[in-house]
Amino acid sequence: MAYLKRNKQKIALSSLIIHIALLAGAFFMVIPFIWMLSTSFKPEVEVLVWPPKLLPENPTVLNFIGLFKNSPFLRFFMNSLFISTISTAVILITSIVGGFIFGKYKFPGKNFLFFLILVTAIVPFESYIVPLYATMVKLKWVNTYQGIIAPYLIMSFGIFLMRQHISSTISDDLMDAARIEGCSEFRILKDIVLPLTKSSVGALGIFAFTQAWIAFMWPLLMANTKELFNLELGLTMFQFKFSTNYGLLMAGSVTSVLPMLIVFVFLRKQIIESIASSGLKF
Amino acid sequence: MILQKLRTIKYSKIIFCYTMLLPIFVLFMFLRIIPIAQTFWMSLFDWKLVGSDRPFLGLGNYFRLIFDDQFLLSLNNTFLYAGASVILCLLISLPIAVALNKKMKFTSFYQAIYFLPFITPLVPMAVAWKWIYDPQYGILNFLLSLVGKKPVGWLIYPEIAIWALILMNIWKNLGYNIVLLMVGLKNIPTAYYEAASIDGASGWNTFRYITLPLLKPILLFVLVTSTINAFNVFTQIYVMTLGSQAAPGKAVRVLLFDIYENAFRYFRLGYACAESVILTLIVIVFTAIEFKALKTDE
Repeated sequence: MAYLKRNKQKIALSSLIIHIALLAGAFFMVIPFIWMLSTSFKPEVEVLVWPPKLLPENPTVLNFIGLFKNSPFLRFFMNSLFISTISTAVILITSIVGGFIFGKYKFPGKNFLFFLILVTAIVPFESYIVPLYATMVKLKWVNTYQGIIAPYLIMSFGIFLMRQHISSTISDDLMDAARIEGCSEFRILKDIVLPLTKSSVGALGIFAFTQAWIAFMWPLLMANTKELFNLELGLTMFQFKFSTNYGLLMAGSVTSVLPMLIVFVFLRKQIIESIASSGLKF
Repeated sequence: MILQKLRTIKYSKIIFCYTMLLPIFVLFMFLRIIPIAQTFWMSLFDWKLVGSDRPFLGLGNYFRLIFDDQFLLSLNNTFLYAGASVILCLLISLPIAVALNKKMKFTSFYQAIYFLPFITPLVPMAVAWKWIYDPQYGILNFLLSLVGKKPVGWLIYPEIAIWALILMNIWKNLGYNIVLLMVGLKNIPTAYYEAASIDGASGWNTFRYITLPLLKPILLFVLVTSTINAFNVFTQIYVMTLGSQAAPGKAVRVLLFDIYENAFRYFRLGYACAESVILTLIVIVFTAIEFKALKTDE
């Protein structure tokens, strides 16, 4: 009896130690957020002080006001929103259609075409950014929205994901039955396939949106004027300009992080699950 | 009658496939396949952004790369950055994943906290980390001063800055590793652990001979995706080590940064393409390793 009790205490102690270690780790994970948030509410005199204070003594929203006054931050935000929305919509369409056809049909050349998509999935985007940029120069698409958005209109991973999902959830018999009823192939896609793909459409939508939202290197090449900057680019240039005004910079960072944080708070479970099941990395 | 109908269905199916795939493949050709092929093609020429004078060099660009100090430095830095951050991140995330997998209290709370950096955009967090690393007023130097250490210019010297960037990368990707490793751990049947505990195996032996081998496929997947991802590092470098505080050239040179400079600052597109081909080959080798290792396990 005494042995069991001691054993139980031992387990309790080790679990306490694990919790302390995990909490210390969690603290390390959130400290950049806290430091960012607290600095963004500090008046200028409290930012560059030694020793630094973790929390502001006289919290102020002046940094946020200054942010929108000193730079077209709203414009950057709207650009990001616009680019990401178009990108997500087109990726969803091309992925559902592509995934449906590769998952449910047989036609000459299918394997070869699928192989091509597979190849593009392996090669990282950044490694063919140079010729793509040269093409954009020829098309005179540099410094235009279409030039910035173009590479984000397709996603080979999206086609794989939808193909996997559609070929496992929609039976051939169901499609044949619809055909005998006189259903066209397009109507099968629209009325049968589409409603059954909701769960993976949600996951893919989040991936596509995030990917376009955090785009950096391509917009850096393509957008030469402030009017076309997305939030990531705007914040970077803002940083080069006000490199020591950390209050202002942190207000900018908080504003750019906020949309993703809100999405994460509401869809935490789905986001973690879909990344766990697909292993996709941004 | 029916035969004829089946036949028309068959043809209408094929026509449907091609017409629907056509726009998708136009996009794929224009945005992926042709640029990939062009990268290889352009790497054989002395290709400039403007002008049509493009002498053929064969493998000349590649030979020049071997003797290019900037390129070799970038390659070196990229391997160090990728290797160190991937291995350290894995070593830290594995015990956390094992602990969280033991059906503890607050598991989903911890998971969410550790995962948070992974879903937040890179640029704002890079700006925030730059402030953490600030040599004069940054919180990191303050914490170090509490234990009596002198302030460090974290982002000023490339040799130190690369470790500062590695630390940030670990912070960013830890949650991704934890989530994936937890999937792997959940898939290990509990019967194995029960058998091991009946045989009186110690905790370490159970981990060494049951958990680790069965975790191998997902471990490898995490390793490879993280490595490929780390090889494409650019944004943090640009945001944290360029700009007014550090003179250009003082930045931590990584492969993509060298490609970026050669292509868009010096307009040596052919040369930058040769570097891109090297990057692609490295990534393909890692992907091949992944496929091979996963196959032997099935």
